[in-house]
Amino acid sequence: MNIILNKVLSYSFSSLASDISAWLSNHISNEMLLLITKMAIMGISLLAFLVLLCFSLGYMERKVAAFMEIRIGPNRVGPKGSLQIVADTVKLLFKEGLTPNASDKFLFNLAPAIVVITSLLVVAPIAYSKDFQIWDISIGVLYVSAVSSMGVIGILMAGWSSSNKYSLIGAMRSGAQIVSYELSIGLSLISIVILSGSMQLSEIIESQTNGWWLFKGHIPVMISFVIFIISSTAEINRAPFDLTEADQELAGGFHTEYSGMKFAMFLLAEYINLFIVSAIAATIFLGGWMPFHIGGLDAFNQVMDYIPYVIWFFGKTLLIVFIIMWFRWTFPRLRIDQLLNLEWKYLLPISMINVLLVTLMAIMGWHF
Amino acid sequence: MLLEQDHITEEGEFVINMGPQHPATHGVLHLKVWLDGETIKKIEPHLGYIHRSIEKMCESLSYRQFIFTTSRMDYLSAHINNQACALAVEKAMQVEATPRAKAIRIILAEFTRLASHQLWWAAMGLDLGAVTPFFYAFREREAINEIMEETCGARLTQNYMVPGGVMVDIHPNFQKRAKDVINQIKEKAHEYEELLTGNVIFQQRLKGVGYLSKEDAVSYGVTGPTARGSGISCDIRKHFPYDGYEHLQFDEILETGGDSWARYLVRIAEMKQSVSIIEQLIDNIPEGDFQAKTKSVIKLPKGEFYQRVETARGEFGVYIVSEGATTPYRCKFRSPNLSNLSAIPKMAQGAKIADLMAIMGTVDLVIPDIDR
Repeated sequence: MNIILNKVLSYSFSSLASDISAWLSNHISNEMLLLITKMAIMGISLLAFLVLLCFSLGYMERKVAAFMEIRIGPNRVGPKGSLQIVADTVKLLFKEGLTPNASDKFLFNLAPAIVVITSLLVVAPIAYSKDFQIWDISIGVLYVSAVSSMGVIGILMAGWSSSNKYSLIGAMRSGAQIVSYELSIGLSLISIVILSGSMQLSEIIESQTNGWWLFKGHIPVMISFVIFIISSTAEINRAPFDLTEADQELAGGFHTEYSGMKFAMFLLAEYINLFIVSAIAATIFLGGWMPFHIGGLDAFNQVMDYIPYVIWFFGKTLLIVFIIMWFRWTFPRLRIDQLLNLEWKYLLPISMINVLLVTLMAIMGWHF
Repeated sequence: MLLEQDHITEEGEFVINMGPQHPATHGVLHLKVWLDGETIKKIEPHLGYIHRSIEKMCESLSYRQFIFTTSRMDYLSAHINNQACALAVEKAMQVEATPRAKAIRIILAEFTRLASHQLWWAAMGLDLGAVTPFFYAFREREAINEIMEETCGARLTQNYMVPGGVMVDIHPNFQKRAKDVINQIKEKAHEYEELLTGNVIFQQRLKGVGYLSKEDAVSYGVTGPTARGSGISCDIRKHFPYDGYEHLQFDEILETGGDSWARYLVRIAEMKQSVSIIEQLIDNIPEGDFQAKTKSVIKLPKGEFYQRVETARGEFGVYIVSEGATTPYRCKFRSPNLSNLSAIPKMAQGAKIADLMAIMGTVDLVIPDIDR
């Protein structure tokens, strides 16, 4: 009985993945074909997962907003309104995808694709559970920060090619904003790279076996966590940093001219980005799929291990998603000069000093 | 259709047209904005998109009818506009409203002011990108609207004040309901503070933005909370009391900052004053008739008559020229929003685009009142 229980509890998605992999290699002898089949399965399941994720994040956002705004939120389509997002997507699919006459049509149609593709690329190194990761690249942190910063090209492209003045202002704002906040994100990620001694996400998670970095790293890591959350909110253009969209000033900013499915692509990218930054924050600072462990308390650690890794990962990620949504529905928007002041006068100097402190801490071995 | 040279001038300035369809202008106001990067160089308001020639219409309406066109001007101060017209006609007829009618008028006028300021607060947050406050303010506004609905049948464009008093008596539930709403507003006041007033981002967005000096405010004819934010004492309820405001205890709120933050504080404090005025009156509504006896067809003596009141946005004046007939010979309204709008290009000079939203928010324009 105990053995079965242990087996059920320790069942990880990695065994499912290796089972499928073994089954495929038994049945397909051609190596090239095997690789292509694996990639196809991976791609399809990833896309399905991401679309489902975006549906649930969209639903969650509406419910969180309703909760903050003392109202009920979607409650008509499906049980408790859970199919509302599906209905909205169908509506967007059937809408006319308008391309303005004066626009640069090639760039206009390319921009949403670039925005979505960059967000899809960043999903690759995220570890959902133990050994359940698409691509455990050795420079994971570098890869994430490098690829995610390419999204701004799509936004600039969208704003420029729309030939709409509001879009242009929005795109220029996003250029200034994303490039600035990239720096603080990089520096706050570096502090954990220094502590764990690796850029590989799986190794960073392994280094948190006896406690998450947020708790092990004293105050400096807490500061970098807060800086990471603030700057990644700015990086993904969400309120209070949604100056690129700024409904009240720019009437939608860079995506003013987009409609139908092309608009939905921006929305899709926004939610994927929201998931990515939350997942990265959870992985780097809160141990990813690693259960809550306290070094030395074996009984406690074992109880924590009984909760499946996937639940740990999604629990932490959704907690951070909730925090970012919480910002959005309570704060007013910053002005562009205040936004840049916040980064260049406060966040960047603080994170630079913070990196020095973390380095000192790592060299002296003061962390747990 | 605007031409290319209207958008980018010879000096390479960037011109954007905010409105008539724009989420921030709260109506069909059209602001042509010359930009240098994000900085505003010049603003030119274009009016007339919602002109209904109300003043001309009034010339063919009787003195009982013309009052109700004013509900469609500043629709957020409908009761107060009607009150001004009723007072003007009463002044010309040399009739006075009954004490009961006066008390009811003041209570409803203050409820209108509260509802209007709550809508302003809601839209203020929305203009600066905070959506949530909107729903909190609308919760209280809804309760006030229910009182309005019960009293006079309408929620927005109320027609209730008539020469000599009010149209019908108040509902038996009125006092209880009004007290409930007042209690609700007082209980929830701290939520307003926590959501916006105390927010650092919000304060930074307003402080030092859209400065209007005392001299400029006077020369542009700015009135109401906008002028009081610049330190000008201009509350008509204090200086030229009507309908018994002279017997009530309330303060005129003055701030000397002159920026958006000062205007914000004035409006927030005014809500508290309105609550206190209603509290003083709600248990002391005199018994008696709700309407003084007037002839069914009103004829005004020959002459010119003017009455000013304090609406939620400033001084509203009604000017009637009578030739002794049953309709006005000429009717002119002095609306607060037109002169307040004229100060916006001055306030917004050198500000950022986002500041324009803060300035428009704190000046609290109602566009149909500008165009009439």
